[in-house]
Order: sequence, then structure tokens, then C-alpha cells
Amino acid sequence: MAIVDYTATELLERMDSRELTSREITAAYLAQIERYHGEVNALVRWDAEDAMRTAEAIDARREGGEPVGVLAGVPVVVKDNLCTSDHVTSCASKMLANYLSPYDATVIKRLKAADAVILGKGNMDEFAMGASTETSAFGPTHNPWKLGYIPGGSSGGSAAAVASAMAPLSLGSDTGGSIRQPSAHCGVVGLKPTYGRVSRYGLIAFGSSLDCIGPMGRTAEDVARVMSVLAGRDPRDATSIAGPVPRYEESCREPLDGVRLGVIDEQFGEGIDDEVADKVQTAIRQFEALGATVHHISLPHIRYAIAAYYIIAPSEASSNLARFDGAHYGYRAKDISNDEKDGPLVAMYRKTRQEGFGEEVKRRIMLGTYSLSAGYYDAYYLRALKIRRLIAQDFADAYKTVDFLIGPVTPTPAFEIGEKMEDPLAMYLGDSYTVGANLAGLPALSLPCGLTTAGLPVAVQLQGPALSEEGLLQLACAFQQESDWHLSRPELIKPKDQNG
Amino acid sequence: MNDLTPYTTIIGLEVHVQLSTRSKLFCRCENRYGAEPNTLTCPVCAGLPGALPVMNRKAYELSVRAALGLHCEIPLFTKWDRKNYFYADLPKGFQTSQFDLPLSQHGYLDISDPKGKFSDKRIGIIRAHLEEDAGKSLHDEVARKADSRIDLNRCGTPLLEIVSEPDLRSPEEAGRYLSELKLLLEYLEVSDCNMQEGSLRVDANINLHLRVDGEFKATPIVEVKNMNSFRAVQRALAYEASRQYDQWQESGRCLGDPGVTKETRGWDDDAGVSRSQRSKEESSDYRYFPEPDLPPVVITEAEVATHRLALGELPAALRTRLVQEYQLPEVDVDVLVNQGRALVEYFLLLAGAINDGKIASNWIQQDVMRYLSEAGVTIDDYPVTADQLGDLIANVLAKKLSTSRGREVLAQMVSAGETLEAAMQSLGIVEVDSAATEQLCRELLEANPKVVADIKEGKIKAVGALVGQAKQQNPNVQPQEVRDLCLRLAGEM
Ligand SMILES: [Zn+2]
Repeated sequence: MAIVDYTATELLERMDSRELTSREITAAYLAQIERYHGEVNALVRWDAEDAMRTAEAIDARREGGEPVGVLAGVPVVVKDNLCTSDHVTSCASKMLANYLSPYDATVIKRLKAADAVILGKGNMDEFAMGASTETSAFGPTHNPWKLGYIPGGSSGGSAAAVASAMAPLSLGSDTGGSIRQPSAHCGVVGLKPTYGRVSRYGLIAFGSSLDCIGPMGRTAEDVARVMSVLAGRDPRDATSIAGPVPRYEESCREPLDGVRLGVIDEQFGEGIDDEVADKVQTAIRQFEALGATVHHISLPHIRYAIAAYYIIAPSEASSNLARFDGAHYGYRAKDISNDEKDGPLVAMYRKTRQEGFGEEVKRRIMLGTYSLSAGYYDAYYLRALKIRRLIAQDFADAYKTVDFLIGPVTPTPAFEIGEKMEDPLAMYLGDSYTVGANLAGLPALSLPCGLTTAGLPVAVQLQGPALSEEGLLQLACAFQQESDWHLSRPELIKPKDQNG
Repeated sequence: MNDLTPYTTIIGLEVHVQLSTRSKLFCRCENRYGAEPNTLTCPVCAGLPGALPVMNRKAYELSVRAALGLHCEIPLFTKWDRKNYFYADLPKGFQTSQFDLPLSQHGYLDISDPKGKFSDKRIGIIRAHLEEDAGKSLHDEVARKADSRIDLNRCGTPLLEIVSEPDLRSPEEAGRYLSELKLLLEYLEVSDCNMQEGSLRVDANINLHLRVDGEFKATPIVEVKNMNSFRAVQRALAYEASRQYDQWQESGRCLGDPGVTKETRGWDDDAGVSRSQRSKEESSDYRYFPEPDLPPVVITEAEVATHRLALGELPAALRTRLVQEYQLPEVDVDVLVNQGRALVEYFLLLAGAINDGKIASNWIQQDVMRYLSEAGVTIDDYPVTADQLGDLIANVLAKKLSTSRGREVLAQMVSAGETLEAAMQSLGIVEVDSAATEQLCRELLEANPKVVADIKEGKIKAVGALVGQAKQQNPNVQPQEVRDLCLRLAGEM
């Protein structure tokens, strides 16, 4: 088995037993990046020398018998909206193309403290606005399973990096499905934690009340390992949750016992692809075989989730992105005309934002600005908040009778690059099954459960009540012990001589 | 409406006060005026991507304290909102403020004028809420560049906005409201209220109510800004009232007429005029919405009660007590209380030491306060303690020193930092026994037969010349004693 075929857990074991060094491991993944970058475009930048230096330092410490962190020597790719003090953080936008943050995001600090080797930054939809990684200022990421197809988004680079074995682990962020949907399309495991379980400090905000950072990897156990590092209260994030953090990688191996799964009837209605529905139903039967009982659940207000989400997220975004005005950092337009009626300052703002932001970002800023404007606030923003509360109540009611919810992540498998760029509404509807968890602030996990006849991954979504990450990972882990979808690899990276 | 003007002036004030917290409202940066530009900043207050605010509870507690001093209701739940607008000194593109659920509301501040220019009245406080201050744009006009520079040190300073009801009816009332508010906030130690350093800033809303042929009319409301002292506020309001009246007579435009919007005018104190600023009609939609990065703030009834108990004696109550306990005139009490809590403490100590409030008040107003104002220092820096001053006054009261000699001794104590005894020694003050005084008087009477004759004719005032000569010959004599003795001895001659 090649180094890049191991899971993070296996890599850690082999480093502990001195079979492998972080230097060898890091070099293997960097080679994979060099080899497939041109085709996949999963990373917007990486620093091989820096990664190798870090790996060697960790090897030396391990060799010298010094204590090392729980992810010591394991390479990780992080989404480009997570601030890093040593490399550019661009949010895949022209606006921040050369922006160097003076500080590390809390999750980056935690990864570094755990001695992970940060390889580089994952491509993404600009400012995390999109579901296909096509709106990146650095060009789209291609789905390693089928290069003409989208990897999902907005954390498409992070998902594609794991799928194409450029890293065993990655971090994404999820505002309306941006971890789970690309995980589904790329056939990896992605966890969106409970809102506040992982600090947002240093995550460049999109929809502040919805944004969550979470791990992606090939196995639930690997994801659990990263989750143990990321989770916990951060005094720099007033919305982060206090309380003890479980050792997720230990609890996830405990056996399932009498779990009640709720199937959301609304999610198997209109719009779902037959193959997706079929694979998800198969997965549900597999969970039954593992001892779970299945119950039918209705979330009566979930059909309004997309409408509410596309008011709330853009509203917050319109405010969060106001700071990108050219005055303090980032892109500033040149040749500002001095004769505009609003004066040179407003002219500079206007030109900077016109040139610095892409179309989708501008569309959402306008949507949000409109929703918050006097005369529209009550009809849009306030009403969306009411729906949000009703949806949260629907989930709360559901979890009175079942332990977890199960259903599809996306209505369809990955689509072709360019297919929906001219139809934003169709793109938005792809988030139908994922935005509910964000609106309610609840954890959810995307778990690979099959391939379509066209060879594209399909995933099942597991959702749970607040702080049920342990249970979600346990379910996913149990499923993966009885199946091998997570072991399958895209043709692209399979060793050609071993084919057939 | 009074006899002189055909209109009533309606004024409401919005006062912004910077709170004296050690750190800023949403980050740990130092809250201090006067540092080198952009040295008191961090990712949070500079609005860098990814940074998040965390509330400084101390700022909230100081706000609650101020609001309780203003007799406001304190809701047990309050929240933060974003006020969105673009400006160069606002690095996040929004100000974190409070919109629909402020931390306090429905209070009042009583004002009165001991000189009687207006009768006692209660000014309603609509609300007091907390928000973050913006940075400062430094316009580099010397270099004649188009660029401005921005100092973000002030960004995130806790700012309490206190909004009054439009209950003020004259510039004088507005001035008194402001000085009373400033005094209250200083007593509460929530702000240093330094207008020069911008820790207290005032905006005014003003219009006129008129009655024309029995019909009520109101002129359009104008917001006046850029007033840098209480005096400037009063001047601006007086100017604005007469300007609005002139304009109304010219145009007849009233509040609520089609096309009438709220105008913002800037006060130019040097020129003594207000000037219309660009209409803010378009940017006035701040698109407020709840701040998602900050949880709501909760306080318990018990915590509010604790804050209420800790308020201490506030100016209004203090004035009443001083008038009652020391039988001081209201005007005098007003002067003392308006100097601040520390000076009142000094007064209370002194009055206790000499057991006379009136005399203590006189010495403080005539000697202590004059020195403070000339030296530009506060009572905390006054070199003579209340006990020391009390000993000095006791000597005067015991007629061991004349009042004017006592003043000289005090001046010596202040300037040389000497004790009472040392100061008296420095000035060569020794007690003159009565035999010596009588001897001196006899000599003077013999040397001045004309004066003796005048006294005998009943021209008592003539004795003053002898008192003067006695003081020249021996500065330590008691003038009253010399006077009495000379009159008695002259009568015996
Ligand atoms: Zn700061």
C-alpha cells in the first residue's frame, strides 16, 4: 500500500512504530499535489519547503523522545478562508489575493499545537459563496472522480484534496452545506459541528450565525481525531460553547445500541435524483441491519429553509463583507476618478468593490442589502428569522422521538462544470437538505454510501441534536466497518499498473 | 413662549460619553487618549477579516451605573445590533450598537438654576445605550495631498449615547442640562467627560413651535453638530432658533410639509454660524440587524440592586443635604457641588474641623478655588489638607490672626508647602501680648492729636489711620484689638 492510501489513523500508528516518518509522508502528499494539481486545482497555494521543515522538526522531536501532539506529522489542507499568519489567506477572491493575516485562526493554532503539518490552502467558492467551487478567483476545482464535474462547494478544494490523496485530512467551513455537499460529491466524510462547538475566530465570516468550521477525511475515525483537536470553548469567540470535549476517536468505535433513526419524508419528494434516492435508501437498510430502527419523521417547515437561508446568509454577508472597501487592506482599485458626485472616497469604494468581488459575491451582497433595507426588513429578514425558529422547533420535536435523522445530502450527484452558473436558483436549490442544520445550529455529517452508474459518489446525511457529534461519528464509524465505499478511489489517482 | 420671542424653542440633546474602562469595548486593547496613531489596535478593533468581538462586561456595568444615576429602567435583557454604513474611520463597515432593545430607557435628569433664570424642571431621558466609537480621519491638508490618514486608536472605545426627550426650552436650559449631566457622570466616575479630548460630544435637535392665528405650527427639525464646548452649544442653539424663525417667516415651511427632511447643520464657532451639511437622506438607512457575533446581555434584579446601592450620594441629593445641614445659600452649595465630589469631600472635612459650614464655604470659594483655578489643578493636588486649613481658620476665629493675615499664611503654606507653624514663622508672625499692644496704641495717640480730636468729635472712622500705622509698625498686632483700644484710650484722654 502506498503512503497516500493510508488513513490518518494508520499514518499515526506507523509514525509511532517508526515505520514511517512525517518527512516521508509529507513528501508523498506533496508529490501527489504536484502530480494532480493541474487537473484538479484543489489548492490555491502551498509551501512545500515550509511543510517539509515542519515535518522534519516533528520527526526530530519524536525521535528524541519528546512529547508530540495528537496529529503529529499528519498533513492537513485548510480552506482558504481560515486565517494563517505565515501564508496568504485570500478567500479565493481577488479582493484578498495578497492578504496576509497577522494572526492564526484558533483552529489553525489548535492544529499547530497538535503538530499537524499544514500543507496549503484549499480552493473554495469566493468568500464561501457557492456550491461548486466555480466562483473561485483562482479557477474552478475539478472533481477527482470525474474531471469535468464540480467537486461541490464551497469547500470543494478541501474535499477534492482528500479525494485525490493530496492530504489525508482537511478543514472546511459550512454555512449552508459547504462541508457536507462537497464531501458527498467527492466521496469523503465531512462533519459540520454544532454551531459554537468549534471557534470561528479567524474564519473569514460569510453568515456569522450559520458558519461552522469542521473536519473532512476518508474515515469517520480520522474526522473524529481532528474534531477532538478543533472542538472547545475559545475566549475569543463569544458564541463558542463551553463544556468538556469528548475524545471522539475513542467513543466513535463503541458499538451501536438501539439507535432510532428518523427518515425525513420531505427529502424523498420532488427533485431528488433516482440513483441518489436509491443509494440512500440502501444505506438506511444497512443501518437497520446494524441494529438501528427506522421511523418516519416530518419537518413541516423545512420546505421554507432555502428561502429563509437565502435571506439570512446574504443579509449577514452584506454586513460582513462591508469591510472589504480598499481603505485598510486588500485590493484597492486604481485610477479613482475625482469628479464623481459622491467624492473620491465613495468612488474608491465603488470601484474597489466592483473590481474586487466576483459576480456571485456581489449578487449576495445585493440580496442581503435589499433584505435589510428600510421597508423590506419586516417582510424579508424578520420573517426569515421566524421561519428559522420554526425550523429549529421542528428539529427539536423530531428529536423527541428519534435519536438521529437520516437522508440524502444533495438531491443530485455532482453536475458538470458550468452547468448551473447561469442559473443561480437551481444552484441554491442544491442546498435544500443541508441548510436546515445550519439554521437550527445542529451537527450533521456526510457519509459516502455509493457510486452512481456514471461513477460519481453519493452520500447519506446523518443529523443529530446539539452536541451529538459523538453519536454521529459512532454511526458513521459503524457503517464504515461494514462497508468499503470510503476505500474506493477515483480512477484518476489509481496506480495505472494495478488497474484490472 | 415668553414675552420676547413669538415662538417656543424645542431642544433635545444626544450626548456621547466615552466610558473610563481600562480596555476597549470588544477587545483587550488599552482605552487611552493621546497615544501615537494606530498603536492601540488589534485585529478586532481594526476590523481585520476573521476577528470577533467579545464584550467587556465592565463597560456594560459602567453604563448601567450611569443609567441608574439617570433614573432609567434597566431591562434584564439587552442585545447588540449592527449599524451599517461606509466610512473611512469605520474599518468593519458597521458600528456595533444597540437598536431596539437598549440597555436602559425612560429616565430623567432634574435641572434647576439657583440664579432663577428658569424654574426647576425634569428633563426626560429616552434611552441610554452602549456602542463602539469609530476611529479618526486625519486630513493631511498641510501636505496638500488628496489622501487622508486614519487613526484607529479610538476604534472600539466604549461610548454611551444618552438621548434626552425634547424637553429643553432654551439654550440656557440646554447648557444647564449638559453641565448637570457631566457632573453626574463625573460623580459616578464613569467618564472623565473631557470635551477637548472628545470624551464628551453633543449633538442637538432643535425646532420651533409657533402659534399663528390660533393655529399650531412647527418648523422643520434641524440636527446641529460640531459643537466643541457647552458654550458653543448654547451659542449654536441661540443662533439656530433665530435662524429658523427668520427662515420660517421667509418660507413658511413647516415640519411634515412635503419635501421637508431632517437637515444636519454644522456649527462654526469662530464664525458664529451654522452651515448646512450634505443631506444624509440616502445614507440614513443603516440596515440595523442583530449582531450575530455577540450573545445578548443578561443582568439579574439582584445585580441591578447592587449597582443601585453602589451609586453613592449624587449631586442633586448632595445639594439638598448641604443646604439643610449647613444652612448654606443654594448658590454657594451649587458652586461647591459643581466642583465635583472631591471638593465636596474637602468641604465636609473642613466644615467638620471648624464646626462652621458657612465659614468653610467662604474660605474654599475665596481662597482654595481661586488657587485651583489659577494653578489649573484639582483639589486632589491642593497642598493644604482640610485639617491644616481648619487649624489656620481656628486661629483666625480665635482672633490670633486677622483674616487678611490668615490669607497670607495660607498663601505661604500653599506656595512653600509649609505647615501652619512654619508658615507663620516664615512670615514672622508671633503673638503680641496685650501690654505691648496698649503701649503701641498710647504712642500712636500721643503722636496724632488731630485723630484724637476727631474721635472725640464722634468721627470714629478716623481711628482707621491709627490701625494702619500700628500694622506698619508691627504686622502681628490684631487690627480689631488696636481699634478697640485706641477708641477706649482716646475717650479717656
Ligand atoms: Zn483592539
